[in-house]
Amino acid sequence: MNRQQLLDLYYLEARSKLIDVAAFLDRLDRADGPADFRLTAFQEALRELQSNAPSRAERVLTALSDPTSEPIPAATTKAACGAWPGKAG
Amino acid sequence: MRYIEPHAHMVSRVTDDYQAMVVAGCAAVCEPAFWAGFDRSSPAGFYDYFCQLTEHEPRRAAKFGLPHYCWLCINPKESEDVSLASEVIAMIPKFLDRKNVLGIGEIGLNKNSRNELKVLEMHVDLAARHNQLILVHTPHLEDKLKGTRLILDVLKADSRIKPERCLIDHVEEHTVKLVLDGGFWGGMTLYPETKCTAARAVDMIEQYGGERLWMNSACDWGVSVPLAIPHAALELRKRGHSATTIDRLIYQNPKRFLSQCPNFKVLEAD
Repeated sequence: MNRQQLLDLYYLEARSKLIDVAAFLDRLDRADGPADFRLTAFQEALRELQSNAPSRAERVLTALSDPTSEPIPAATTKAACGAWPGKAG
Repeated sequence: MRYIEPHAHMVSRVTDDYQAMVVAGCAAVCEPAFWAGFDRSSPAGFYDYFCQLTEHEPRRAAKFGLPHYCWLCINPKESEDVSLASEVIAMIPKFLDRKNVLGIGEIGLNKNSRNELKVLEMHVDLAARHNQLILVHTPHLEDKLKGTRLILDVLKADSRIKPERCLIDHVEEHTVKLVLDGGFWGGMTLYPETKCTAARAVDMIEQYGGERLWMNSACDWGVSVPLAIPHAALELRKRGHSATTIDRLIYQNPKRFLSQCPNFKVLEAD
Protein backbone atom coordinates (compact mmCIF):
# COMPACT_ATOMS: atom_id res chain seq x y z
CA MET A 1 0.00 0.00 0.00
CA ASN A 2 1.20 3.55 -0.62
CA ARG A 3 1.34 6.29 2.03
CA GLN A 4 -2.02 7.78 1.03
CA GLN A 5 -3.71 4.40 1.35
CA LEU A 6 -2.10 3.75 4.74
CA LEU A 7 -3.17 7.19 5.96
CA ASP A 8 -6.70 6.48 4.80
CA LEU A 9 -6.68 3.17 6.64
CA TYR A 10 -4.95 4.07 9.90
CA TYR A 11 -4.83 7.85 10.44
CA LEU A 12 -7.99 8.24 12.51
CA GLU A 13 -7.13 5.24 14.69
CA ALA A 14 -3.59 6.53 15.29
CA ARG A 15 -4.92 10.04 15.96
CA SER A 16 -7.29 8.64 18.56
CA LYS A 17 -4.47 6.72 20.28
CA LEU A 18 -2.26 9.81 20.23
CA ILE A 19 -4.95 11.88 21.97
CA ASP A 20 -5.43 9.05 24.49
CA VAL A 21 -1.72 9.28 25.35
CA ALA A 22 -1.97 13.06 25.70
CA ALA A 23 -5.03 12.75 27.93
CA PHE A 24 -3.28 10.08 30.04
CA LEU A 25 -0.35 12.44 30.67
CA ASP A 26 -2.74 15.33 31.47
CA ARG A 27 -4.58 13.05 33.93
CA LEU A 28 -1.31 12.24 35.66
CA ASP A 29 -0.47 15.97 35.83
CA ARG A 30 -3.77 16.74 37.54
CA ALA A 31 -3.34 13.96 40.10
CA ASP A 32 -1.54 14.30 43.44
CA GLY A 33 1.32 12.23 44.81
CA PRO A 34 4.53 10.88 43.39
CA ALA A 35 4.77 8.94 40.12
CA ASP A 36 7.15 6.00 39.72
CA PHE A 37 9.60 4.45 37.28
CA ARG A 38 6.83 3.61 34.84
CA LEU A 39 6.23 7.26 33.99
CA THR A 40 9.94 7.88 33.57
CA ALA A 41 10.18 4.90 31.22
CA PHE A 42 7.09 6.03 29.33
CA GLN A 43 8.54 9.50 28.79
CA GLU A 44 11.83 7.99 27.61
CA ALA A 45 9.97 5.75 25.19
CA LEU A 46 8.00 8.73 23.88
CA ARG A 47 11.26 10.28 22.77
CA GLU A 48 11.72 7.36 20.37
CA LEU A 49 8.60 8.55 18.54
CA GLN A 50 10.19 11.90 17.82
CA SER A 51 12.97 10.28 15.85
CA ASN A 52 12.67 9.93 12.10
CA ALA A 53 14.70 6.72 12.20
CA PRO A 54 12.86 3.51 11.24
CA SER A 55 11.84 0.70 13.61
CA ARG A 56 10.12 2.97 16.12
CA ALA A 57 8.01 0.12 17.50
CA GLU A 58 11.11 -1.98 18.08
CA ARG A 59 12.91 0.93 19.76
CA VAL A 60 9.93 1.77 22.01
CA LEU A 61 9.65 -1.87 23.08
CA THR A 62 13.39 -2.04 23.73
CA ALA A 63 13.28 1.20 25.75
CA LEU A 64 10.65 -0.40 28.01
CA SER A 65 12.60 -3.67 28.38
CA ASP A 66 14.94 -5.10 31.01
CA PRO A 67 18.37 -4.56 29.40
CA THR A 68 20.22 -7.04 31.64
CA SER A 69 21.24 -10.54 30.58
CA GLU A 70 21.62 -12.61 33.77
CA PRO A 71 18.70 -14.60 35.23
CA ILE A 72 17.31 -13.08 38.44
CA PRO A 73 17.92 -15.09 41.66
CA ALA A 74 14.22 -15.89 42.17
CA ALA A 75 10.81 -14.86 40.88
CA THR A 76 8.98 -12.99 43.64
CA THR A 77 5.94 -12.18 41.52
CA LYS A 78 4.32 -13.62 38.40
CA ALA A 79 3.30 -10.26 36.97
CA ALA A 80 5.01 -7.83 34.61
CA CYS A 81 4.33 -4.09 34.82
CA GLY A 82 5.43 -2.84 31.40
CA ALA A 83 8.63 -1.04 32.38
CA TRP A 84 11.90 -2.10 33.98
CA PRO A 85 12.16 -0.99 37.62
CA GLY A 86 15.95 -1.16 37.48
CA LYS A 87 16.06 2.13 35.61
CA ALA A 88 14.50 3.86 38.63
CA GLY A 89 17.77 3.71 40.56
CA MET B 1 -12.19 -18.88 4.85
CA ARG B 2 -10.47 -21.59 6.87
CA TYR B 3 -7.97 -21.20 9.67
CA ILE B 4 -6.17 -23.10 12.40
CA GLU B 5 -6.13 -21.69 15.92
CA PRO B 6 -2.68 -22.84 17.06
CA HIS B 7 -2.86 -21.44 20.60
CA ALA B 8 -6.06 -21.25 22.66
CA HIS B 9 -6.75 -22.14 26.29
CA MET B 10 -10.18 -23.57 25.69
CA VAL B 11 -10.59 -25.00 29.19
CA SER B 12 -11.09 -21.35 30.21
CA ARG B 13 -13.63 -20.57 27.49
CA VAL B 14 -17.36 -21.14 27.21
CA THR B 15 -18.87 -23.55 24.71
CA ASP B 16 -20.26 -20.62 22.69
CA ASP B 17 -16.65 -19.80 21.77
CA TYR B 18 -16.23 -23.22 20.13
CA GLN B 19 -19.39 -22.60 18.14
CA ALA B 20 -18.28 -19.12 17.05
CA MET B 21 -14.82 -20.36 16.04
CA VAL B 22 -16.21 -23.15 13.88
CA VAL B 23 -18.72 -20.81 12.26
CA ALA B 24 -15.80 -18.47 11.45
CA GLY B 25 -13.89 -21.29 9.71
CA CYS B 26 -11.73 -22.84 12.41
CA ALA B 27 -10.47 -26.24 11.22
CA ALA B 28 -8.46 -27.25 14.31
CA VAL B 29 -7.64 -25.83 17.71
CA CYS B 30 -4.45 -26.43 19.70
CA GLU B 31 -4.26 -25.93 23.45
CA PRO B 32 -0.93 -25.52 25.26
CA ALA B 33 -0.76 -26.35 28.95
CA PHE B 34 -1.16 -23.16 30.92
CA TRP B 35 -1.29 -21.58 34.37
CA ALA B 36 -4.77 -21.80 35.85
CA GLY B 37 -4.65 -18.30 37.33
CA PHE B 38 -3.66 -19.84 40.66
CA ASP B 39 -0.88 -22.27 41.60
CA ARG B 40 -1.87 -25.92 41.63
CA SER B 41 -1.05 -27.44 45.01
CA SER B 42 0.25 -30.85 43.93
CA PRO B 43 1.27 -33.03 40.97
CA ALA B 44 -2.20 -34.58 41.20
CA GLY B 45 -3.64 -31.25 40.09
CA PHE B 46 -1.55 -31.47 36.93
CA TYR B 47 -2.54 -35.08 36.38
CA ASP B 48 -6.19 -34.02 36.35
CA TYR B 49 -5.37 -31.08 34.05
CA PHE B 50 -3.54 -33.33 31.58
CA CYS B 51 -6.56 -35.65 31.58
CA GLN B 52 -8.77 -32.65 30.91
CA LEU B 53 -6.55 -31.63 27.96
CA THR B 54 -6.34 -35.11 26.47
CA GLU B 55 -9.81 -36.53 27.24
CA HIS B 56 -12.49 -34.03 28.19
CA GLU B 57 -11.62 -31.00 26.03
CA PRO B 58 -11.35 -32.99 22.76
CA ARG B 59 -14.83 -34.35 23.45
CA ARG B 60 -16.19 -30.84 24.02
CA ALA B 61 -14.65 -29.63 20.74
CA ALA B 62 -15.83 -32.72 18.86
CA LYS B 63 -19.44 -31.72 19.48
CA PHE B 64 -18.78 -29.01 16.89
CA GLY B 65 -16.72 -31.20 14.58
CA LEU B 66 -13.56 -29.40 15.66
CA PRO B 67 -10.32 -31.41 16.09
CA HIS B 68 -8.67 -30.49 19.40
CA TYR B 69 -4.94 -30.91 20.08
CA CYS B 70 -2.84 -30.09 23.11
CA TRP B 71 0.68 -29.50 24.38
CA LEU B 72 1.88 -30.66 27.82
CA CYS B 73 4.17 -29.10 30.42
CA ILE B 74 4.25 -27.23 33.68
CA ASN B 75 3.89 -23.60 32.71
CA PRO B 76 6.75 -21.16 33.45
CA LYS B 77 4.51 -19.31 35.90
CA GLU B 78 4.65 -22.42 38.13
CA SER B 79 8.32 -23.19 37.52
CA GLU B 80 9.77 -21.48 40.59
CA ASP B 81 9.13 -24.66 42.60
CA VAL B 82 11.69 -26.97 40.96
CA SER B 83 10.68 -29.95 43.09
CA LEU B 84 7.04 -29.72 42.00
CA ALA B 85 8.12 -29.15 38.40
CA SER B 86 10.33 -32.27 38.50
CA GLU B 87 7.41 -34.40 39.63
CA VAL B 88 5.11 -32.99 36.95
CA ILE B 89 7.71 -33.42 34.21
CA ALA B 90 8.24 -37.04 35.30
CA MET B 91 4.52 -37.62 34.77
CA ILE B 92 4.34 -36.22 31.23
CA PRO B 93 5.73 -39.26 29.32
CA LYS B 94 2.67 -41.26 30.43
CA PHE B 95 0.55 -38.86 28.38
CA LEU B 96 2.73 -38.51 25.28
CA ASP B 97 1.14 -41.39 23.41
CA ARG B 98 -2.33 -39.89 23.66
CA LYS B 99 -3.64 -39.16 20.19
CA ASN B 100 -4.16 -35.39 20.52
CA VAL B 101 -0.76 -34.55 22.03
CA LEU B 102 1.44 -32.38 19.80
CA GLY B 103 4.51 -31.95 22.00
CA ILE B 104 5.95 -30.08 24.97
CA GLY B 105 4.57 -26.61 25.62
CA GLU B 106 4.07 -23.89 26.38
CA ILE B 107 7.39 -23.99 28.16
CA GLY B 108 9.73 -21.03 28.55
CA LEU B 109 10.27 -18.26 31.05
CA ASN B 110 8.07 -15.81 32.92
CA LYS B 111 10.25 -13.62 35.17
CA ASN B 112 13.59 -14.95 33.87
CA SER B 113 14.63 -16.54 37.16
CA ARG B 114 17.27 -19.19 37.74
CA ASN B 115 14.69 -21.81 38.70
CA GLU B 116 12.54 -21.04 35.66
CA LEU B 117 15.65 -21.55 33.55
CA LYS B 118 16.36 -24.91 35.22
CA VAL B 119 12.82 -26.08 34.54
CA LEU B 120 13.04 -24.88 30.95
CA GLU B 121 16.18 -27.00 30.50
CA MET B 122 14.38 -30.00 32.00
CA HIS B 123 11.51 -29.55 29.54
CA VAL B 124 13.89 -29.19 26.58
CA ASP B 125 15.63 -32.39 27.65
CA LEU B 126 12.26 -34.15 27.91
CA ALA B 127 11.30 -33.00 24.41
CA ALA B 128 14.65 -34.11 23.00
CA ARG B 129 14.52 -37.56 24.64
CA HIS B 130 11.02 -38.18 23.31
CA ASN B 131 11.49 -36.44 19.94
CA GLN B 132 8.68 -33.99 20.60
CA LEU B 133 7.86 -30.64 19.02
CA ILE B 134 8.38 -27.64 21.31
CA LEU B 135 6.12 -24.64 21.86
CA VAL B 136 7.76 -21.81 23.80
CA HIS B 137 6.12 -19.02 25.78
CA THR B 138 8.20 -15.84 25.91
CA PRO B 139 7.78 -13.53 28.91
CA HIS B 140 5.50 -10.54 29.16
CA LEU B 141 6.24 -6.86 28.60
CA GLU B 142 9.56 -5.67 30.06
CA ASP B 143 10.76 -9.26 30.54
CA LYS B 144 10.25 -10.40 26.95
CA LEU B 145 13.48 -9.29 25.28
CA LYS B 146 15.79 -10.68 27.95
CA GLY B 147 13.70 -13.85 28.28
CA THR B 148 13.67 -14.49 24.55
CA ARG B 149 17.46 -14.22 24.44
CA LEU B 150 17.84 -16.62 27.39
CA ILE B 151 15.40 -19.11 25.84
CA LEU B 152 17.14 -19.06 22.47
CA ASP B 153 20.47 -19.63 24.23
CA VAL B 154 19.08 -22.75 25.93
CA LEU B 155 17.64 -24.16 22.70
CA LYS B 156 20.76 -23.42 20.65
CA ALA B 157 22.98 -24.98 23.32
CA ASP B 158 21.25 -28.37 22.99
CA SER B 159 22.50 -30.06 19.82
CA ARG B 160 19.50 -32.43 19.83
CA ILE B 161 17.08 -29.55 19.23
CA LYS B 162 16.14 -28.66 15.68
CA PRO B 163 15.01 -25.02 15.37
CA GLU B 164 12.45 -25.87 12.68
CA ARG B 165 10.66 -28.07 15.27
CA CYS B 166 10.38 -25.22 17.81
CA LEU B 167 7.90 -22.38 17.76
CA ILE B 168 8.75 -19.32 19.84
CA ASP B 169 5.48 -17.65 20.71
CA HIS B 170 4.39 -14.09 21.54
CA VAL B 171 7.07 -12.43 19.39
CA GLU B 172 6.92 -8.67 18.95
CA GLU B 173 8.93 -6.18 16.93
CA HIS B 174 11.96 -6.38 19.24
CA THR B 175 12.15 -10.20 19.28
CA VAL B 176 10.85 -11.44 15.94
CA LYS B 177 14.16 -11.08 14.11
CA LEU B 178 16.10 -12.92 16.84
CA VAL B 179 13.69 -15.84 16.52
CA LEU B 180 13.58 -16.05 12.73
CA ASP B 181 17.32 -15.53 12.31
CA GLY B 182 17.85 -18.54 14.60
CA GLY B 183 15.84 -20.73 12.22
CA PHE B 184 12.89 -21.04 14.63
CA TRP B 185 9.21 -20.44 13.92
CA GLY B 186 7.60 -17.38 15.47
CA GLY B 187 4.09 -16.93 16.82
CA MET B 188 2.33 -13.56 17.03
CA THR B 189 -0.33 -13.34 19.70
CA LEU B 190 -3.23 -11.02 18.98
CA TYR B 191 -4.29 -9.40 22.24
CA PRO B 192 -6.39 -6.27 22.75
CA GLU B 193 -4.04 -4.71 25.33
CA THR B 194 -0.67 -6.45 25.41
CA LYS B 195 1.44 -8.39 22.93
CA CYS B 196 0.37 -7.57 19.37
CA THR B 197 -2.48 -5.95 17.43
CA ALA B 198 -3.55 -7.31 14.07
CA ALA B 199 -2.09 -4.26 12.32
CA ARG B 200 1.30 -4.82 13.94
CA ALA B 201 1.19 -8.53 13.12
CA VAL B 202 0.60 -7.67 9.47
CA ASP B 203 3.49 -5.19 9.64
CA MET B 204 5.80 -7.99 10.82
CA ILE B 205 4.52 -10.34 8.13
CA GLU B 206 5.20 -7.71 5.47
CA GLN B 207 8.68 -7.03 6.85
CA TYR B 208 9.78 -10.63 7.47
CA GLY B 209 7.90 -12.51 4.79
CA GLY B 210 5.66 -14.76 6.84
CA GLU B 211 7.45 -17.95 5.85
CA ARG B 212 7.83 -19.17 9.45
CA LEU B 213 5.23 -17.05 11.24
CA TRP B 214 1.77 -17.81 12.54
CA MET B 215 -0.86 -15.85 14.43
CA ASN B 216 -2.90 -16.96 17.41
CA SER B 217 -5.48 -15.61 19.83
CA ALA B 218 -4.02 -17.28 22.95
CA CYS B 219 -7.51 -16.78 24.35
CA ASP B 220 -7.70 -17.74 28.02
CA TRP B 221 -9.37 -16.54 31.22
CA GLY B 222 -7.98 -13.01 30.76
CA VAL B 223 -8.83 -10.23 28.32
CA SER B 224 -8.56 -11.98 24.96
CA VAL B 225 -10.53 -12.56 21.75
CA PRO B 226 -11.22 -16.12 20.54
CA LEU B 227 -11.92 -14.81 17.02
CA ALA B 228 -8.71 -12.77 16.82
CA ILE B 229 -7.42 -14.75 13.82
CA PRO B 230 -10.47 -14.11 11.61
CA HIS B 231 -10.18 -10.43 12.57
CA ALA B 232 -6.50 -10.49 11.57
CA ALA B 233 -7.54 -12.04 8.26
CA LEU B 234 -9.77 -9.02 7.73
CA GLU B 235 -6.80 -6.76 8.49
CA LEU B 236 -4.74 -8.64 5.88
CA ARG B 237 -7.53 -8.19 3.38
CA LYS B 238 -7.73 -4.43 4.11
CA ARG B 239 -4.00 -4.24 3.48
CA GLY B 240 -4.48 -5.76 0.05
CA HIS B 241 -3.28 -9.31 0.65
CA SER B 242 -4.79 -12.00 -1.56
CA ALA B 243 -7.00 -14.85 -0.40
CA THR B 244 -4.13 -17.23 -1.23
CA THR B 245 -1.72 -15.31 1.00
CA ILE B 246 -4.25 -15.15 3.83
CA ASP B 247 -4.85 -18.90 3.56
CA ARG B 248 -1.11 -19.51 3.70
CA LEU B 249 -0.73 -17.41 6.83
CA ILE B 250 -3.71 -18.58 8.88
CA TYR B 251 -4.06 -22.18 7.66
CA GLN B 252 -1.11 -23.53 5.69
CA ASN B 253 1.63 -22.15 7.95
CA PRO B 254 0.33 -23.64 11.20
CA LYS B 255 -0.50 -26.86 9.35
CA ARG B 256 3.05 -27.06 8.01
CA PHE B 257 4.61 -26.67 11.44
CA LEU B 258 2.14 -28.84 13.34
CA SER B 259 2.20 -31.64 10.74
CA GLN B 260 5.72 -32.40 11.92
CA CYS B 261 3.82 -34.24 14.67
CA PRO B 262 2.17 -37.36 13.20
CA ASN B 263 -0.84 -36.86 15.49
CA PHE B 264 -1.84 -33.63 13.75
CA LYS B 265 -4.39 -34.10 11.00
CA VAL B 266 -6.97 -31.75 9.54
CA LEU B 267 -9.59 -32.68 6.99
CA GLU B 268 -8.76 -31.00 3.69
CA ALA B 269 -11.70 -29.38 1.93
CA ASP B 270 -9.84 -29.28 -1.37
